[in-house]
Amino acid sequence: MDNIIVIIVGVILVAFIYWFFLMKKSRSVAVDSGQVEIMVSGGYTPEIITVPVGRKTVLNFTRTDESSCLEEVVLGDFNIRRTLPLNQKVAIEITPKTPGEHVYSCGMGMFHGKIIVK
Amino acid sequence: MSEIKKTFPIKGMHCVSCVGLIERSLKEVPGIKTATVNLATNKATVAYDSALVSDDQIQSAVAGAGYQALINEELKSEDEEKVVKQKELKSLRRKVFISLVLGGLIFWGSFPGLMETAPELFRNFWFQLVLATPVQFWIGLVFYRATIPALKHRTANMDTLVALGTTVAYLYSVFVTALPAVVEKAGIEPMPYFDVATLVIGLILLGRYFEAKAKAGTGEAIKKLIGLQAKTARVVRDGREIDIPLAEVIIGDLVRVRPGEKIPVDGVIEDGESAVDESMVTGESLPTDKWSGDTVVGATINKTGSFTFRATKVGSETMLAQIIKLVENAQGSKAPIQRVADTVSAYFVPIVMILAVFTFVGWYVFGGPGALLYAILNTIAVLIIACPCAMGLATPTAIMVGTGKGAEHGILIKDAESLELAHKITAVIFDKTGTLTKGKPEVTDIVVTGELPEDKVLALAAALEKGSEHSLAEAIVAEADKQKLILSPVVKFQAVAGQGVEGVIAEKLYVFGNRKLLEREGIDWLTRKDEIEKLESDGKTVMLLGGGGQLLALLAVADTVKESALEGVRALEKMDIDVYMLTGDNKRTAAAIAGKLGIKNVFAEVLPGEKESKVRELERQGKKVAMVGDGINDAPALAAALVGIAMGSGTDVAIEAADITLVNKDIRSVAAAIKLSKQTMRTIKQNLFWAFGYNVILIPVAMGVLYPFFGWLLSPILASVAMASSSVSVVTNSLLLKRKRIV
Repeated sequence: MDNIIVIIVGVILVAFIYWFFLMKKSRSVAVDSGQVEIMVSGGYTPEIITVPVGRKTVLNFTRTDESSCLEEVVLGDFNIRRTLPLNQKVAIEITPKTPGEHVYSCGMGMFHGKIIVK
Repeated sequence: MSEIKKTFPIKGMHCVSCVGLIERSLKEVPGIKTATVNLATNKATVAYDSALVSDDQIQSAVAGAGYQALINEELKSEDEEKVVKQKELKSLRRKVFISLVLGGLIFWGSFPGLMETAPELFRNFWFQLVLATPVQFWIGLVFYRATIPALKHRTANMDTLVALGTTVAYLYSVFVTALPAVVEKAGIEPMPYFDVATLVIGLILLGRYFEAKAKAGTGEAIKKLIGLQAKTARVVRDGREIDIPLAEVIIGDLVRVRPGEKIPVDGVIEDGESAVDESMVTGESLPTDKWSGDTVVGATINKTGSFTFRATKVGSETMLAQIIKLVENAQGSKAPIQRVADTVSAYFVPIVMILAVFTFVGWYVFGGPGALLYAILNTIAVLIIACPCAMGLATPTAIMVGTGKGAEHGILIKDAESLELAHKITAVIFDKTGTLTKGKPEVTDIVVTGELPEDKVLALAAALEKGSEHSLAEAIVAEADKQKLILSPVVKFQAVAGQGVEGVIAEKLYVFGNRKLLEREGIDWLTRKDEIEKLESDGKTVMLLGGGGQLLALLAVADTVKESALEGVRALEKMDIDVYMLTGDNKRTAAAIAGKLGIKNVFAEVLPGEKESKVRELERQGKKVAMVGDGINDAPALAAALVGIAMGSGTDVAIEAADITLVNKDIRSVAAAIKLSKQTMRTIKQNLFWAFGYNVILIPVAMGVLYPFFGWLLSPILASVAMASSSVSVVTNSLLLKRKRIV
């Protein structure tokens, strides 16, 4: 009997892990003012931003999470790798030239954010 | 809105009223919140909204008040960052020490075979709980702190796995300690696993400590470059020499450099001469002689002489600042090979969690007697051993070390992709002029045919050519200058179109030019026909000097090959790379130069517009082509090649069309760049193989797949040792790249 319960709970847990981590959908935040505050704690908030093409946008990253995973942010498509000191605002300037999607991540590629250029 | 604060020097302040004036005019700019000017330090600090205010606006506001704001971006000081990092490391070291000592004591009191030697107190479960709790919730807080916000984002990382694994071990142990009878009833010996929870935390933090130390080494190149800059400069202002901070040097300043001093910024020598050691910036090992009119580069060291130079580039415009920017950009870019690791990393942690659930269920259902204990321990082992960090670190650490190492040797790589592509190169095309050769004709031979000695004939030829602007004439005059010869005045100077020049020196008529000119003057040159033809077959231009009805000398001028060219070509051939030379010169001149360098493949008489098609022609033959040129005339060919390599010109290092820029202008660096790429790629592949292999092999072992065959299980403590060492070993392997020789 307990075996069946363990199996059922196991299946539910697997389904939950899959749904919780792999099926999440984030909404994009439109950035028209030329700059956006991005909080770095357990990921990036907002996680997805939409910025206008050809215009300078300043991304202000502030890391409040001690995790060493997040101590660097890498915007590979813009050739930017920057250390984010704890509780300090780090301004990163981008001027995307073409529309498209650019995924950025922490230094180890565990946490991701996305910049949609329209 | 983003408020930023900037401090910069102000030039021209002399009294307290200046302070008020500047502050007022700054505050009038919409978007500037506060402005404070300090007379003692001659600096202004401005807090403003970066969206509304630009540097130009600040500069013009200060200029409007009659002063000058020197907002040249200073190279960033890394000292502050270093102090913070050191503090973090110190705290981490303390935590590692405490958790390993407490964990060790618990281990002594609970490990079968060892526990018998431990004092009674250490064997007491409640005492073990007391020792384990601070490790779990104080030292291990870092894992919870990272896990909770990550879960809010519906993401997970390594900290999540460690937090989960150790919490399971801790809670199970608390349960055993509090209710041993319940556990015993289930057929399990009531033994807590506080040692697992504490030692895992201690060992993983130990791994993190070593990893952080090693990682600091991967970014060393940038720090070294930043450390190269001078702190002060000695400038001549109002006729006086004064020492000022580097940031206050402005374009146009006359800077004095004394023997042994560091040159503060880029500029052009006005007066004096010296040898300058540029190795720190260009990688060129021999000091370069510099005199009036030559450019000097900031952060290089003046050896013997003393000189003054006019500053032409300061702040973020200097060559050093550009190099730093370029290296930073390269280190921020992603290599295509990293994509696989990135994709895997994104799904890795949830997959490991799912595998942990499978492990628990599998062991619980099929584990036989004591299954719950096995299920718990193996689930913890799976959570702990998985190491996504090693995958995440495999490529970027190698790229950082590789690009940094390149910069140290004067090889600037634009991005990680260029570094990755360079290892595939099978053919290298060199543009001839200015790349393989110096691009400037030089006197190569002086054959004396009359009574006058060599220096005398050179002085006569140079005196005649002094007024001419022809590049060959410049070569003659430059050689005379080099030999410090005194040139006599020329009268009745006359240029003979298409033939040469003539003039009277010390009441004697001399002619200097080609054979036709000599024939016109009735001077016989045929006696030296063989020598002339031999020089010409070597690709040289021969000019004849005649005087008093006699042939006095033959002077040969040619664009000479760079000292590094022969070795550079040989190094490539040794690597089985085909070498091609491309030039607009005629076939004879091209063959002469190619012959000297041992280049068998020559594209001669190529028009500038056709260079690109030659690159494509080789690519169509299936070759992976690198094009080496000056970056200006060859831009389309550089862009067409798989890898475009440009020779850095002057102080401009950011050559757009180039994937790799050689600031040392050394041909041997082409082979060195390819070698560096090969070594970096080998390191990346080793790292990825290790990181993937580690996870692919050890996760199943931790799950217990080998148990049915060999009875092998992985203890969670050993899992944490393996996990901690895997990312350390990846970073260490990247650091080994530093030791590899590329030249």
